Amino acid sequence: MTDAFFLLAFQRPAIDWHGIAPELVLLAAGALITLVDIIFLEKARPYTAALAGLGLLATAVPLLTLAVDGTDRVMFDGAYVIDEFSLVVKAVFLLAGYVVVLLSTNYVAEGDYWENEYYGLLLASVMGMVMMASARDLVSLFVALELLSIPAYLMVAWRKRDLHSTEAGLKYYLMGVFASAVMLYGMSLLYGVSGSTLLSDIGTSLSAAGTSNAVVTMGIVFIVAGFAFKVSAVPFHTWAPDVYEGAPTPVTAFLAVASKAAGFVALLALVFVGFYARSEVWEPLMWILAATSMTIGNLVALRQTNLVRLMAYSGIAQTGFMIAPLAVAGHGLSNGDQALSAVVTYLVIYTAMNLGAFAVIIALSRKTGSAEVSSFGGAFSYAPGLTVAMTIFLFSLAGIPPLGGWFAKFEVFRVLATAGEPWGYVLAAVGAVNSVIALYYYASLARRMWADNVPDGDHSPVPVTPSLATALTLCGTVTLAFGVAPQLVARFTDVSLFALGG
Amino acid sequence: MENLLDGWGITLATFSPLVGAAIMMLIPREREDQHKLIALITSLWVAFVGVLLLIQFDLAHTDRLQFGVDKVWIDVISSRFSVGIDGMSLPLILLTMLIVPLCIIYSWNHFPDPVNPKAFLILILILETGMIGTFVAQDLVLFFVFFEVVLLPMFFMIAVWGGEDRRYASLKFFLYTLFGSALMLVSFLALFFLTGAETFSIAGLSQAVAAGGVSRTAQLWIFGGMFLGFGIKVPMFPFHTWLPDAHTQAPTVGSVILAAVLLKLGTYGFIRIAIPVLPDAAVTWAPWIGLLAVVGIIYGALGCLAQTDVKRLIAFSSVAHMGFVMLGIATLTDFGINAAIMGMVAHGLITGMLFFLAGSMKERYHTLEINRLGGLLVQAPRMGWIFGFCVMASLGLPGLAGFWGEFPAILSAYNPANGVPIETFRTYMVVAALGTVLAAGYLLWLLQRTAFGNPPEEFADDPAITDTTKHEWIAWAPILALIVAIGIYPNLVFRVSDGAVDASLSKCLTVDAQQLTDEEVEALGCSDAYLLVGAAGHDNHGDGHADEEDEHAAAGN
Repeated sequence: MTDAFFLLAFQRPAIDWHGIAPELVLLAAGALITLVDIIFLEKARPYTAALAGLGLLATAVPLLTLAVDGTDRVMFDGAYVIDEFSLVVKAVFLLAGYVVVLLSTNYVAEGDYWENEYYGLLLASVMGMVMMASARDLVSLFVALELLSIPAYLMVAWRKRDLHSTEAGLKYYLMGVFASAVMLYGMSLLYGVSGSTLLSDIGTSLSAAGTSNAVVTMGIVFIVAGFAFKVSAVPFHTWAPDVYEGAPTPVTAFLAVASKAAGFVALLALVFVGFYARSEVWEPLMWILAATSMTIGNLVALRQTNLVRLMAYSGIAQTGFMIAPLAVAGHGLSNGDQALSAVVTYLVIYTAMNLGAFAVIIALSRKTGSAEVSSFGGAFSYAPGLTVAMTIFLFSLAGIPPLGGWFAKFEVFRVLATAGEPWGYVLAAVGAVNSVIALYYYASLARRMWADNVPDGDHSPVPVTPSLATALTLCGTVTLAFGVAPQLVARFTDVSLFALGG
Repeated sequence: MENLLDGWGITLATFSPLVGAAIMMLIPREREDQHKLIALITSLWVAFVGVLLLIQFDLAHTDRLQFGVDKVWIDVISSRFSVGIDGMSLPLILLTMLIVPLCIIYSWNHFPDPVNPKAFLILILILETGMIGTFVAQDLVLFFVFFEVVLLPMFFMIAVWGGEDRRYASLKFFLYTLFGSALMLVSFLALFFLTGAETFSIAGLSQAVAAGGVSRTAQLWIFGGMFLGFGIKVPMFPFHTWLPDAHTQAPTVGSVILAAVLLKLGTYGFIRIAIPVLPDAAVTWAPWIGLLAVVGIIYGALGCLAQTDVKRLIAFSSVAHMGFVMLGIATLTDFGINAAIMGMVAHGLITGMLFFLAGSMKERYHTLEINRLGGLLVQAPRMGWIFGFCVMASLGLPGLAGFWGEFPAILSAYNPANGVPIETFRTYMVVAALGTVLAAGYLLWLLQRTAFGNPPEEFADDPAITDTTKHEWIAWAPILALIVAIGIYPNLVFRVSDGAVDASLSKCLTVDAQQLTDEEVEALGCSDAYLLVGAAGHDNHGDGHADEEDEHAAAGN
């Protein structure tokens, strides 16, 4: 009797409080913003942005102590893991979140939108991302994904008086829910086969012989498809341009960078811990996703006249580059590690340069009042600093040395070439051709900003707010520093997922 | 001082312009005089460091890399910050350091529209870093990075300060060059992986290839990739179409730097990387490089005859002149490559000077239509004489620098390296010699139409047409003096470059098999590509063949 009683009673699992301290601090910051809003109402408005920023920075403190401590921590029977990989990507997420807060500061206030709720939701979404970095279990991955996505649906529709924004919000919501459903179905299939939701258990059972191939394949395809929605890879990208265009621009930056990065982190955990043994299934899948994303993203970007849509399509192409190493990641552990480092490196650098580009777009559209490419003509004559910054970010995205993007692309090509198989070379060739195509629209945009005439002849200077200046400095410094001394980023992104997983 | 230069000299010279540019970024745009001054001081400082390096340079050992620095840079890909100067790079580095301050002086009071000296001068300084960096880099990744650094400032210089068609020209320049460098990067990576040498250093890779790490087919492909990459930059014949557009549309100073230094990055890549690392493949490719070179000579010359615009004509003459340089390189001989380096320096000085003159003419006449010009010697006699002088130098008049670029290149084709088909190159030699006649034709015709005769009516009483100004004199005098000095005493360049060129060529290319026995030839371990036959084995071949071999050997001595 007593035995049965103890079995039924809830036992609190052992919790490593230090290990989840970052999540707790983030939670506290979010709760604090909500409380302040309830108590002080409108009086709190000017301070919420600062509070959110401080909350994100405060979260970095336990992250640092964890990094100094350096031990890998495993919680909840392996469902939640704090290792080098998760710490690095958590740090990226926090910094990205901080930059997005900086970008939002004046935008949200001047647009007279709800502020306190906005930052509360933003923190919740960042929290989902931070959890995603540690999740090694289908259920915790899914919970983290929803925690990240649901606030994002709301934020996309933040400009509620604007039809485009509302449309974008609805579109994003419907597409996102559809993707979640597909993914959940895939997860249920894998759970049915392996009898566990833990990624490491799934990994073990998939590598064991005798599992039903068709079901496993379907499961993997569905889950990868679900995350392909999240990272906006072709052919699951159709939501991105409309949503990016309709959403408030800081939210677009958030979606284009942070939430995409979170999707990648989940994809990496799934591939390297869960599906690694089934490389014959996911490698071709990644190959197709990478090749089509690069090619279609770039070709469509060539035709865009709206800058935010152009950034959306260029982001799709960049996604293709980030997926590419995964197409050859299944050839042994060292190869897998290299591919993982390449993707993480790309994510870090991409975060900095893309957020920087959006910061310039936000700053310039305060004057131009439009995101049409033509309205940015001649920006060099009235905003030379912003134009130079934009040039740096654009050419970094294009992969021109000595700007950060070159090292990211270089690492991708290196992984594709080291794999030593024909398909890797073909994908590298596709990537090389795409780099040149991408350069065309990046260079055209830069040239337009430098050399065209100002469309309305208004040469008054653009005011750059302190928060935007901070964001630009952060992103610019990172972009330049990682380009000149790639060793800086390489040291942090030299991570492995095999130690605790496979 | 010596130690300081040894460890820091190159780094200082390479990155000082960036420091100057950074300081200028902090100064508001309105203070134009400060910008000009800082830019000039920076570039003069770099030139000063260059002179110190030249003084310390050990001329007895030009084959050694001097002032070398080798530090860890990107450990994950085994790439190092490895720089050094030897006899091949020294002339080109000094050329760069000379041209940049002269360009700044020249543009002092006439910045092209939209004026903005701050941005213009910052771009020039960034360019200088890229150019010097490319010439000193001894690591392929570092080389690639600097090679690309050059690209952006030039793109903006053409796109912002260029002529009417600047948009088209700048993008064309950018995409062509980038396509070339993408292929170049792929070749570098292929070398890295196929040799398995775990290094990107030029010397290390060349040893790894010599040790037989890479199959012959792969070598041919890799060389092909580099050939395209460097060939576009040179530019060689079918890839040259970006050049006339870029030159015509670029502002004067942009054209000068493009002609004087940027084109040399391509030829320098050939002699620094492609040939020393992949000599076997170079032998196979040599006839094709030579073919494109002579086609370039003739095509460039014929193109010149058809031009109606002075700048476009000079641009096409660049295609022809770089053809001579490439012909010298394609012979793969010590003599030919020395001629090529001389050709690069001479072309840099002379064509740079011609573009300066074209820019000054454009400023006075507001047109470069050859039909509308005339009588320069009447209206601006000093400038007219300088123009005449440069035209003579460009067509290869003995006693001026241009001669030492063209003549030895043609001569070297008589006697190419081992394994390179002699008959083919002798044919090229004849064609190239005809090219010099065409060059004299189009250049003298240009001089006749623009400088001789009476000024056309529309410009007859134009007060804007003045003679050479003070700034122009300061900017031009050093170049003119050097054209004469090198013309009279070409050893200024040859004695610097010779040792390094000799050391960069593999023994198999240069050895005279006739002097050796079969055993000694075998001991060299050269591949079949070189067609080496020792003195003993030589008798087994037919007589006709033997005659030619003898001649070959005799000329080689």
